[in-house]
Amino acid sequence: MEFSELIKTATVESVLLSCAGQPAVKGTLCITSHHLLLSSCPGGEGQPSAVELWLLIRNVDAVEKRVQNVGWYQPPRSSGSPRGNRLAGSSGTITLRCKDLKVLQLEIPGMEECLNIASSIEVSRAGVQRVGRSRWLPTVFALGLPLTWVNTQPLGCVCTGHPSCQTLWEEARMGFAERTFPAFLQLCSAVLQALSSVDSVMMMYPFFHRPQSLRLEEGWPRLPIEQHFQQIATKTTQWRLSDVNQDFAVCPTYPPAVIVPAAVSEETLRRAARFRQGGRFPVLSYYHTRNGTVMLRSGQPLTGPNRKRCPEDEMLLGSVLDEGERGFIIDTRSAQTAKQARMTGGGTEPKSSYPQWKRLHRPLERGRPLQESFIKLVEACNDASLGMDRWLGRLGGCRWLSHVKAALSTACLAAQCLDREESCVLVHGAEGTDTTLLVTALAQVILDPGCRTLKGFQELLEREWIQAGHPFHLRCARSAYSHARLKQEAPPLLPFPAKKKLSLLFLDCVWQLSRQFPFSLEFSEGLLLTLFDNAYASDYGTFLCNNEKERCLCKVKENTHSLWAWLDQPEERKKYLNPLYSPNLLVIWPSVEPQSIQLWQGMAGAAPGLSQPTWTACSSSACFPSCSRTQPR
Amino acid sequence: MEHIRTTKVEHVKLLDRFSTSNKSLTGTLYLTATHLLFIDANQRETWILHHHIAAVEKLPLTTSGCPLVIQCKNFRIVHFVVPRERDCHDIYNSLLQLSKTAKYEDLYAFSYNPKQNESEQVKGWQLIDLAEEYKRMGVPNDYWQLSDANRDYKICETYPRELYVPRTASKPIIVGSSKFRSKGRFPVLSYYHKDKKAAICRCSQPLSGFSARCLEDEHMLQAISKANPSNRYMYVMDTRPKLNAMANRAAGKGYENEDNYSNIRFQFVGIENIHVMRSSLQKLLEVSGTKGLSVNDFLSGLENSGWLRHIKAVLDAAVFLVKAVAVESASVLVHCSDGWDRTSQVCSLGALLLDSYYRTIKGFMVLIEKDWISFGHKFSDRCCQLDGDPKEISPVFTQFLESVWNLTEQFPQAFEYNEAFLLQIHEHVHSCQFGNFLGNCQKEREELKLKEKTYSLWPFLLDEQKKYQNPLYKPSFSPNLTLLEPNTVSFNFKFWRNMYHQFDRSMHPRQSVYDLIMDMSEQNKQLEEDIKQLEAKIKQKSGQSDAVLLKERQQSAHPAPVMLKTPPCFKKDQPLIPLNDAVRTIEGSNAADNRYSEFMEELSKAEPAIVSLEYGVARMTC
Repeated sequence: MEFSELIKTATVESVLLSCAGQPAVKGTLCITSHHLLLSSCPGGEGQPSAVELWLLIRNVDAVEKRVQNVGWYQPPRSSGSPRGNRLAGSSGTITLRCKDLKVLQLEIPGMEECLNIASSIEVSRAGVQRVGRSRWLPTVFALGLPLTWVNTQPLGCVCTGHPSCQTLWEEARMGFAERTFPAFLQLCSAVLQALSSVDSVMMMYPFFHRPQSLRLEEGWPRLPIEQHFQQIATKTTQWRLSDVNQDFAVCPTYPPAVIVPAAVSEETLRRAARFRQGGRFPVLSYYHTRNGTVMLRSGQPLTGPNRKRCPEDEMLLGSVLDEGERGFIIDTRSAQTAKQARMTGGGTEPKSSYPQWKRLHRPLERGRPLQESFIKLVEACNDASLGMDRWLGRLGGCRWLSHVKAALSTACLAAQCLDREESCVLVHGAEGTDTTLLVTALAQVILDPGCRTLKGFQELLEREWIQAGHPFHLRCARSAYSHARLKQEAPPLLPFPAKKKLSLLFLDCVWQLSRQFPFSLEFSEGLLLTLFDNAYASDYGTFLCNNEKERCLCKVKENTHSLWAWLDQPEERKKYLNPLYSPNLLVIWPSVEPQSIQLWQGMAGAAPGLSQPTWTACSSSACFPSCSRTQPR
Repeated sequence: MEHIRTTKVEHVKLLDRFSTSNKSLTGTLYLTATHLLFIDANQRETWILHHHIAAVEKLPLTTSGCPLVIQCKNFRIVHFVVPRERDCHDIYNSLLQLSKTAKYEDLYAFSYNPKQNESEQVKGWQLIDLAEEYKRMGVPNDYWQLSDANRDYKICETYPRELYVPRTASKPIIVGSSKFRSKGRFPVLSYYHKDKKAAICRCSQPLSGFSARCLEDEHMLQAISKANPSNRYMYVMDTRPKLNAMANRAAGKGYENEDNYSNIRFQFVGIENIHVMRSSLQKLLEVSGTKGLSVNDFLSGLENSGWLRHIKAVLDAAVFLVKAVAVESASVLVHCSDGWDRTSQVCSLGALLLDSYYRTIKGFMVLIEKDWISFGHKFSDRCCQLDGDPKEISPVFTQFLESVWNLTEQFPQAFEYNEAFLLQIHEHVHSCQFGNFLGNCQKEREELKLKEKTYSLWPFLLDEQKKYQNPLYKPSFSPNLTLLEPNTVSFNFKFWRNMYHQFDRSMHPRQSVYDLIMDMSEQNKQLEEDIKQLEAKIKQKSGQSDAVLLKERQQSAHPAPVMLKTPPCFKKDQPLIPLNDAVRTIEGSNAADNRYSEFMEELSKAEPAIVSLEYGVARMTC
C-alpha cells in the first residue's frame, strides 16, 4: 500500500518552523510517505547555512491544528465561492508533539494548505493501522463470534499468515478453557492489533532506509545468545545451550537458543514451559563469574486457583541449586497481586514445592500506571508557568522518580543476593517481558564491568531486551502526548494495550548510575538519548517487532539495517563515548536515597519547558531536532 | 577552661545517620577549648568547632549507652552514644556552655593563630580594597562622587564610612533623606554599570507611614535618576511582599508613593522576611534529616518547606533588577525593610549577573565584602555568633550562596570558583575563626579592632585556590556580553545535596568528575612545560649545529619528533591516571551502606529455622 495517493498537499513554500529555545526557520515543507521534510532557504532570513529537518512521521505522537482568521473563511457550501481563492493573510499553525518529547510548531501560510498538511500527516501516521483494521475486522468478527470456532482451524488459518497474530493466538488457545465471552472479545481485539501491527511493520521506514555507508545484513549481532554462552562455557560446565525452542514452538517470545542447566532434558523444558506464562520457562540471564552464582528469569508459574504443581519445573529450578543451597525468587509484584494472579491462572512458587527458594516481593509499577506517570511527568515539564510548589507537587505526584528508585533498589537487591549472599536468583513478574527484564538488565550493569562498555551495553540490550522478547512494537507505539486523544477515541471493544515506559525507565536508571559513577560507564548520556529516540521511531530495524519470531517472519534482519551497525561506525561511535571512562572492575553500588535520585533533564529536557535559552547552531547536514537537546551552558 | 570537666571519653560510638542497621564507628571523644574531636579506630578524625554547634540534645538512655545528638550550623549532624551517662552529661553541659559565647572577645578568631607575622596580617586585610573596586566600576565620575557625610558614622551607623552618591546630592539632601529612612540608611550606590551608565542603589524603607513626605528624599531619588543620562526613569524595587510593606505603614514606615516622586516606577518583588526563611529552613532540615525517606515524602517535604520557592523568589528579583539595568539602561533603587537582608541578596546577585568580575574567585570575595560586610548585613545576629535573640537568626546569606550555586549549575563554564568555594565560605561565616564576618557592621568591627586582633579569611582561601577552581571555567565564555540570563523556571532549581548533606558521604556521587578534570589539567600543564623545555633545548642544539641543518629543520613542519618520543616525566608504562589514586577509589560504594540492604541483613543473620525466614518474608512484603 502506498500512501502518497492519500497525501493531499505534498509541498508548501515559506513555512515557519519553530521549536522551543531555537530561532525560527523558514523554508519549504514537504511530506512523503515516511518523512516530514523542511529545508530552509539557504542564505535567506539571516540563516548562516541551510537547515534541514527530517522528521519521521512515525515519531509524531499527536497533531494539533489551529487556523487563524477563521472568520474570513467561507465554506463553499454556503456561499459557493471558489475554494481555490486564497484569502490573503489567512494562515494556520500545526503543532506536532513527537514521541521523543520534542514539540515542533509549523506556521503555514494559507489555511487550506494547513488543513491539508495536517490531514496528510494524520493519514501517513494512522493510515497503516486503519487499512490493517478495515481489512481484517470483518473477517475476524465473522469468524470469531461463534464461540465453538475458537479452537478450530479457520481463525487459526487467518492468523498463520501473520506472525505476531499467530503468537497471540496460540497463547490464547492455551488458556482458553477459563475464558469467557468478554475475554474472547478482548482476545479478538488483541489479534486485530497484532494484525495491523504486522501489516504496518513491513511498511515502516526501516524497510526502506538504505544508508550508503552500510550494507544490508551487516552488523546484525551474530547469535548473541550463543556468544554469551561461549563466555560462560569457559568457566563452568553446568550450563548448556538448548535448541528446544528452535521453531519457536515451546516459547514464542524466546529466541531459538536459550541457556539452561546442563542436567535438564529437552522434554523437561517443554513440560516446564507449559507451566509458565507464555511458555517462558526459567533460563539463564547472567552468570556471576566471581562466585559462580546465576541469575535466571522466567514468566510466572501457572499455579492457578487449584495450586497446580509441575514436577519438571520444580526439577529445573532444583537443578540450579546444590544440596543445602538457598536461592532467592524476586517477584516484581506485591505479595497481594501475586496471590490475586492465581485467580486468572497465574501465581507464584509456593514454599512447599520449592523448599530451597525464598521468595521476595518487590512491587514495581508497570502498565498503565507507569505510562500515566510518564505522561504526568512530561506534562509537568512542559508547563513552564508552574510555581515552585506546584512543580514539586507535580513532580512528586507523577511518581516517576519513585519508580526509578524502586527499580534501582530491586536491581540492587538482586545484585546483592548474587554478590554478597552468593545465592542464585530467579526474577519474574507476570509475563516476564517487562519488569523482569528491567531488573535483570539493571543488575548486570551494576555487577558486570563488561556491560558497562559501549559494546557490552549493546550486547546487553540485544540479549536482555530484544532477544528476550520485550514487546517494543507494542510498548513504543505511543508516547506521552497522544494520551488525551486516546482517552476520547479508544473504542470500548478495542482497548489499546497498556503502553509501558519500561525501556525508558531502564535508560533513566542507567543514567542515574552514570551520574553516581561518572567514570565507570564507557558510553555517554548521548547514547542513552539516542536509544530512547530509536525505540520510538527509528531508521533502523533493531527495535522493530515484539520478539525474535516476528522478526524472523518479517525478515527484519534481511531487509533493514541494524542500529548497532550504524553506531559502530568510527565517526558515530566517537559521539557516544564517555571521555572520562576508565575501566572499573568493582561492583557499582548506587545510593538510592531520594536526595541522590535526580530528574534526568536530558530526557525530560527534550520537552520544551526545560530548554534553556541558548542552543548551538547546527550544520546543514545535521538533523535539526536532534541538536535541540538541552545542554547546560 | 572552666566549663570542661571531662576531656576524654573512650569507647564512644558514632552512629551513621542514614544507615538503618545502626552501623557505627567506635572511638575516643576529646573535648578541647575550641573543638570537639572524635578519633575512630582507623585514626580518622572528626573535628567539630564549638562555634559550629547549633544545638545539643541528650536522648533517653538506651542499653548501649547515652545518645548525644549534635546539630551544627554547617548542617552536619553527629549522633554519639556515650557508654556512661555521667560522661555524657558532663560533655552535654560543657558543650552547652562552650557553644554559647557572650562576648566577642571569647570567639575563636581572637585566639586563632595561623602563624602569620604582623605584616602578613596587615597585608591580608588589605587584599580586598573597596575603594579600588569602586574605581574599577568607574566611579567617581561626572555623575557620582565619594561622599564624606558618613565619615564618622554620624549619619548612619550601619553603613561604611565611604559612600558614593550622585554629585547633585548635597549634604543637606543626604542628611534629610537619611532622616526619612529607617535606621538612617539613605540611598547610596551599590554597583555602577559603566556601559549603560546605570546604577544599582540601595537603602532602607522610607518612613512614609500613610502620608508623610520628605522633599530631601524626593530630591535624592531625583538626583539618582538624573545621574543616569541614558534613561530618565528609575525603578524602585521593594523586595518585600506588598502585604508586609503595607503593614509597615501602620508603624510609620512603608514604601514610596509614586505620586510624590517624579520619574520612578515602583515594584514589589515579594521575598519573604527572615522569620519565614528561618522556619522554612527548619522544615527543610527536618525533611532531609529523616531516615528511610521515600521519594514522594522527600519531594512533598521539600514542597512544604517552601525553601526552593524562596530561592527562586530571590533569583527572580535579581533577574528583574538585571533586566531593568541591561535592557532599559535604567537605574534601580533596591530596598526592603532595613535594607541589609533582602537588599543585600538582590543587589549582590544582580551585580553577579551583570559583571563577570564577580564570577572570579577574587571578585566574589570583593562582592561579599562590598554588599554584605561593608553595608552591614548583621552576620553576628543572623548566624548567632553570640548568644542572643533566636528570632534574629536567619539563613539569608546561605540563601545567597545557594542562589549562586544554582547559577553555577546553569552556567557551568561561567564561574571561576566551584561548589567547594561556596561551601568553604559558608563554613567560615559560622566558624568565627576569621575576623571578616564578626560583628554586625563596620563600626562595630572597628571598635573590636578586628584588623589587629584577628586574621582575614580571604588570603587563606587564595592560598589554597587550586581547591576552589572550576576546571570548566572559560573566561571567554559569552565574549561580547558579560551578562548572564538565567532561566528561572521551577525545574531549574535543585535541592543542594552537597550543602545539606555535605557530611553524609554515602549520598554523594561515588566518583568526582571535577577532581579528575583538575588532575588531568594539572598533568596537561606539566606536559606543556616539558614541551617548552624540550623546544628550548632543540633551539640551543640547532644553534650550535651549522646553518644548513638549521634551515632544513625550520622547513619541516614538526621540528622535533625524535626528542619528544621519550619525554622525561612520562614513562611509557605509566597510566595517565594512577589507578590507586585517591580520586579513583570509589568511596562508600558498598552494598551495606545503602538502604536496599536492610532486608538482606535481616536475612543474612544466622537463622536456625525456616520460621525466622518467614519473618523476613513478612517484612519484605509489607
